[in-house]
Amino acid sequence: MTVPSLEVSGLAFAYPDGHQALFGVDLRIERGERVALLGPNGAGKTTLVLHLNGVHRAGAGTVRVGGMEVTREHVQEIRRRVGIVFQDPDDQLFMPTVADDVAFGPANFGVTEPELALRVKEALEAVGVAELADRSPMHLSGGQRRRAALATVLACDPEILVLDEPSTHLDPVARRELAEVLLGLDRTMLMVTHDLPYALQLCPRSVVIDGGVVVADAPTRDLLADADFLRAHRLELPFGFALD
Amino acid sequence: MGAGHAHPLYRAGDSVVHRLPAHVKIVVAFVFVLAVVATPREAFAVFGLQFLLLVGVWTVARIPPGWLAARALIEAPFVVLAVLLPFFATGPRVEWMGMSLAVDGLLAGWNILVKGTLGVLVSVTLAATTPLRDLVSGLSRLRVPSMVCVIATLMLRYLEVIAAEARRMRLARVSRGHDPRFVWQLGATVRSVGALFLRSYERGERVHLAMLSRGYTGTMPAFTTASASTATWSVALVPAVAAALLAMSGYWAW
Repeated sequence: MTVPSLEVSGLAFAYPDGHQALFGVDLRIERGERVALLGPNGAGKTTLVLHLNGVHRAGAGTVRVGGMEVTREHVQEIRRRVGIVFQDPDDQLFMPTVADDVAFGPANFGVTEPELALRVKEALEAVGVAELADRSPMHLSGGQRRRAALATVLACDPEILVLDEPSTHLDPVARRELAEVLLGLDRTMLMVTHDLPYALQLCPRSVVIDGGVVVADAPTRDLLADADFLRAHRLELPFGFALD
Repeated sequence: MGAGHAHPLYRAGDSVVHRLPAHVKIVVAFVFVLAVVATPREAFAVFGLQFLLLVGVWTVARIPPGWLAARALIEAPFVVLAVLLPFFATGPRVEWMGMSLAVDGLLAGWNILVKGTLGVLVSVTLAATTPLRDLVSGLSRLRVPSMVCVIATLMLRYLEVIAAEARRMRLARVSRGHDPRFVWQLGATVRSVGALFLRSYERGERVHLAMLSRGYTGTMPAFTTASASTATWSVALVPAVAAALLAMSGYWAW
C-alpha cells in the first residue's frame, strides 16, 4: 500500500479558551487526489487546516503528511510538505517583489542559489505569471495576486497543496483562469471553499465537516445533488444551479 | 524598472550613481552627512563647496535640480525655526534693515538651515538613485540587525495596504453623510483610526501565520546582494572623503 499524502485520524482540538473546535476528525487523502473541504462557517475547517502544518497541535489523534507525523521535531519539514495558500493574498505576499516572495519559502527550507532562482522561475511559470517577477504585489490585479500567492507555495515543492477559499474576490475570468492553473498542476490538493460549483469543477471528491466532525465523504457530484443533506449543513448551491 | 521599485522619491535611471550597490551609497551618504554636521558653522565657503560636490553627484546621476528642490521641501518646517532664531536669541545684536537681530541667533539659524538643507539634499539624492528594496538589503548587508530590516520590509509593503484600507473606510463614512469638517463629527474619524489599528493588528497576525507556514523561524533568509570591489568603494567614497576634508579645512581656516 502506498503512503497517503495526508492521513488524519481521531483528531480533536480545543482552543485555550475551552472552545472545542474538532471532535475526532478522520481523513485520508491519497497522492494526486483533489479533495474539497466543505462546511458552514465555524465548522472547524480552518482549525483543521492549521493542524496540517503544525500551527495548532493536536489535543488528541494524529496528523501524518506523506507518512511523517506532525510533531514539534518535524515541524519545519512538515511545513515544507504542506503548502497553505491563505485566503487573502495580501497576507501571503509581504516582500517588495513577487520574485523575493516566491524565494522566501524555499530559502527558509535551505534551498540556495543557483537552485533557488530556478525554483522561483519554475513556480512563476507554473502559474503563468513569469513576467511579474520584479513587480511589487501592490500593483497586481486580484487574479495575479492569487496566482503569485500560489507560486510562493509551489516553490517549496509541497507534498500537498492546501487552498483556503481560492476563488474569493476573483472576477469570473480570473476564477476560471485560476481553475485552469490548478487543474494543470497535477498535485495533491485540499481545497477549503464555500464555492460549491468551484468544488465540483476542481475536486472529484468532497469532505463535509460540520460541528467539528466529518459528516460526509463522497464524490462531489453526489453530495451536491443531495438537496436535503446540503440544507442540513447550511450548504447551498448558488441561484439557478441544480444537479440531479 | 518594475513598479515594485516605485516610490515617490525614486527617479529611475541608469547612471553610475544608480548602479552603485546600495550599501556603498548608504555609507557614502552617511559619511557625507557626518562631514556636513561636523563643519564649523562660520565656515561659510566650506558649505558652498560641499554643495558643489552634491551638484557634481546630481550631474553624474542626471537628476534635475528642480526635481530635487521640490522633494527637499520637506525641510520647510525646520526652516521656520531657523528663521525665528535671530529674533528671539539673546546676546549681542546687529541692526539689519531696521530689525534688531541676535548675532548668535543668526549663526544658530544659519547652522540649522545650511546643515539641514545639505542633509535633506543628501538623503533625497540617496533615495532618488536607490530603489527601496535595495536600501533595505543594503542596510542588512551593513549588518543592521535583521529584525530591523524585517520590520522595514514589512512596513514598506503594508503601509500601502493599510492606507488603501483607510481610504475605503473613509469612503464608507463619507458615503453615509459623514462630513469631518465639523469638530463634533471627529469622533467617527477617531473611532475608525481605532478600527484600523485593530484590523492592522489582525493582519499582522495573519501575515505572521503565513510566514510561519512557509518555514519562517525568526530570521530572514539571506538573499544575495551585489558586493562591491575596492575600486568601486574608492570611487564612490570620493565625494564623502572630499566633504570630510572640507569640514576639517573649516577648522584650520576659520
